[in-house]
Amino acid sequence: MHTEIADAELVRRAKSGDLDAFEELIGRHERRVYSLARRILRHEHDAEDVTQQTLLSVVEHLPEFREEASFSTWLMRIATHAALKVLRKRKGLPTVSLEQATEPTDDAETVPHPEFIADWRENPVALVERAETRRLLDEALNELDEKHRPVFLLRDVEGLSVKETAEALDLSETNVKVRLLRARLQLRERLTRAFGDETKRLQPHAHEE
Amino acid sequence: MKCDQLLAMLNDYVDGDIDPAICEEFEKHLSGCNPCQVVVDNIRKTITLYKDSQPVALPLEFHERLHRALRRRWKETHKA
Repeated sequence: MHTEIADAELVRRAKSGDLDAFEELIGRHERRVYSLARRILRHEHDAEDVTQQTLLSVVEHLPEFREEASFSTWLMRIATHAALKVLRKRKGLPTVSLEQATEPTDDAETVPHPEFIADWRENPVALVERAETRRLLDEALNELDEKHRPVFLLRDVEGLSVKETAEALDLSETNVKVRLLRARLQLRERLTRAFGDETKRLQPHAHEE
Repeated sequence: MKCDQLLAMLNDYVDGDIDPAICEEFEKHLSGCNPCQVVVDNIRKTITLYKDSQPVALPLEFHERLHRALRRRWKETHKA
């Protein structure tokens, strides 16, 4: 029998001062907060800071949470903003390498052509179970640069709309779309090199231009 | 439609956010282009895999420290 108490009920109890209910609620969602922060920031210590800051702010602002969105949506929004704040603060620091500084900043960048094209040997349901898959997913994600990684995480992992992603990152919707396409293609390339069936590899069609 | 043009529309197609007239052209190209079919399928699987991967656990020491801090803040904010 399914006896788990719904988040909304735990929120109600926590609002009326029940600390156990609050801890149960946090226990359900803390991993997602921490994972998102770690993936955005690529830094364990910063991810811990962001997680703690987010959850402490939930303690303080829970009475104001109006329950128009789900608790999880509300929480992830706070976590996203906290993580992005750290990212922006980092960008303010003079740590840009010459290579980065001379990189074209224009978003009208060309889209990379798929090179390794092959059906995957296994479906995602089977792959997701494996520990080495997680490692590979994180590696591939870490190879995306900071222009592309948060866009992919917010849009495709957290499920924000293009508009919400644009607002959260202070980008135009066009920029979000361009960056998302590049991120998806780069991740596809990387994962297909790992999961693709070499014996069924296809050559891309020659481009006529 | 050429492969390049298809690539540019890929997001809209995968997200189901494509103009119906363009969608028809897109699918016409797909039905005759095996590499593009596989790329679309790869992209869908890539997104699914990231979406479905379980979040990582908090390091134990951090988990304890975090909950101590939460209880402390809770008590501060819930003083009668």
